Amino acid sequence: MMNEMPAVIEVIGLKKYFPLPRRHPGQARSQVHAVDGVSFTIGRGETLSLVGESGCGKSTVGRTILGLAKPTAGEVRLDGIRIDNLPRRKLRPLRRRMQVVFQDPYSSLNPRLRVREILAEPIANFSLAHSRAEFSARIAGLLQKVRLPADAAARFPHEFSGGQRQRIGIARALATEPEVIICDEAVSALDVSVKAQVVNLLADLQDELGLSLLFITHDLAIVEHLTHRVAVMYLGRIVEAADRDSLFTRPWHPYTQALLSAVPVPDPAASRQRMILKGDVPSPVDLPRGCRFQSRCPHVFARCRTEEPELRAVGEAQWVACHLDRRPGG
Amino acid sequence: MSEFALPEEAAALPEILPPAVRRGRVAGFVLQHPGIAIGGGLIAVMTVLALAAPWLGTVDPQSLDPANMLIVPSAGHWFGTDMLGRDIYSRVIYGTRVSLVVGFVVALLASVIGMAIGLVSGFFRALDPVLMRVMDGILAIPSILLAIALMALTQGSVGNVIVAITISQVPQVARLVRGMVLGLREQPFVEAAIAAGTRTPRLIWRHIVPNTLAPVIVQATYICAVAMIIEAILDFIGAGVPPIVPSWGNIMAEGRALWQVKPFIVFFPAFFLSVTVLAVNLLGDGLRDMLDPRLGSRK
Repeated sequence: MMNEMPAVIEVIGLKKYFPLPRRHPGQARSQVHAVDGVSFTIGRGETLSLVGESGCGKSTVGRTILGLAKPTAGEVRLDGIRIDNLPRRKLRPLRRRMQVVFQDPYSSLNPRLRVREILAEPIANFSLAHSRAEFSARIAGLLQKVRLPADAAARFPHEFSGGQRQRIGIARALATEPEVIICDEAVSALDVSVKAQVVNLLADLQDELGLSLLFITHDLAIVEHLTHRVAVMYLGRIVEAADRDSLFTRPWHPYTQALLSAVPVPDPAASRQRMILKGDVPSPVDLPRGCRFQSRCPHVFARCRTEEPELRAVGEAQWVACHLDRRPGG
Repeated sequence: MSEFALPEEAAALPEILPPAVRRGRVAGFVLQHPGIAIGGGLIAVMTVLALAAPWLGTVDPQSLDPANMLIVPSAGHWFGTDMLGRDIYSRVIYGTRVSLVVGFVVALLASVIGMAIGLVSGFFRALDPVLMRVMDGILAIPSILLAIALMALTQGSVGNVIVAITISQVPQVARLVRGMVLGLREQPFVEAAIAAGTRTPRLIWRHIVPNTLAPVIVQATYICAVAMIIEAILDFIGAGVPPIVPSWGNIMAEGRALWQVKPFIVFFPAFFLSVTVLAVNLLGDGLRDMLDPRLGSRK
């Protein structure tokens, strides 16, 4: 996929299955197909958004990139180095280059540590500071980067609001001076105004530090102003990948269209057509034959029930996994 | 990139941090946590009795005085004397030492050993099935029976009593800690620490252990209470510390035959045991209310 910018992260054919316990002896072992063949790249200084509904495997992709989960198949490369099969000891020095910000601002900070200790830990792990003064200077710098007052260092996480905690989480991610930050629903738990603050902060930090961001979210609205490219996931697969403009102006896949029609428009006069999906998401344990989206697709036809569509280019910067010849509704 | 369609004032919200929490005064603490105050106070009194036993008007708890057998409580013998003429007051006060030592040491040992097993079991999953089956096996035997059986293998001494009761109590802590470790491992702050390059020993020490401590401390107080009761039971049936040692269980065992005519022999050690166990349980309940994050610390 698109390679204008040199890739920092390459994900190739990633699969992650979780085995289910057998219900009785001799039963064939079934598995949850959480991620089922996902490939993408993130360029240096680029933002890629991974969008999809809950349970589609998007967070598992993030955890696998970070080495928090081992993939069942496929590769993850950081700057060309394959990292998914590295033993812990060899992976550790590379961890410095990619960090994570989690969704829940409460459980993502250890309640028993002061902010200073939370931020000092990654610095100490990679020996980025050696004296008390160096530590203090780095921590003060981090707090300043995320726009928290310097006296925040001496406090405990429970003394902060959700948005402030999330910025502490961002400061911790920045502490190792990473090249990539994976934001796993990083703003989903926040109020709208605070959400905007944090998104703007991330965008500013990206400009300032040249960060690459993988933005994992279910909320297309929050992504629109921040992202360069978008990959839409459904049931463990990418169904559409495109640059921002193509995706938001000419969504191709019926699922993407449905997602976009659900984004609220801040104009009460605007008339819009809601596309409401009917039907249930198939179980990721027993996947249907053919297209994964067939049970909910309004344009389903015979071929969708037998053959699984592969990603194909439908525009200069747009790829889609759908059997339809033309863009539906376009 | 960074311009987000947003009203200006939203970006400029002032950073208001709440004022630093001020420490409450003693009176406030007592009112807020009466269990800790009363239980802790009683335990403190018992500890003073145990430490200062020789200076509290006691005589040698083992000295026989056949001329003064079975005297009822009076000015000369506050709690009376037993059938060998020994001063029950002195024996009860010295008996405090045995109960407190057994209670405290068992609570400490069971917590430390149980925590170690729980951490290993929760963190190194290959060892988990083996360790937990052993713990289940111990738990399947009632702890009093297990302690009696273990004491039957050795001779009676305070050390052996402590070991026997500790073995029966370790699984409680191990299971508690293992469960918490399994939950904590999934917590985002633990995953973030792994992603930030924190090595396993430091991860356990900084992120796991401190977050398991509060429930373990509460559990330790209950173990302390149970250990004192089991110790008294072992003494009472003659499986505990040697009969010459003044312990509450021994005094009660000796007074049992005369319970109907001289009830004070059993009454005083039983009263002390009940009050001490009650105090430890009150302290445990108070600590649970204070330390449980779901009940207290978020307010």
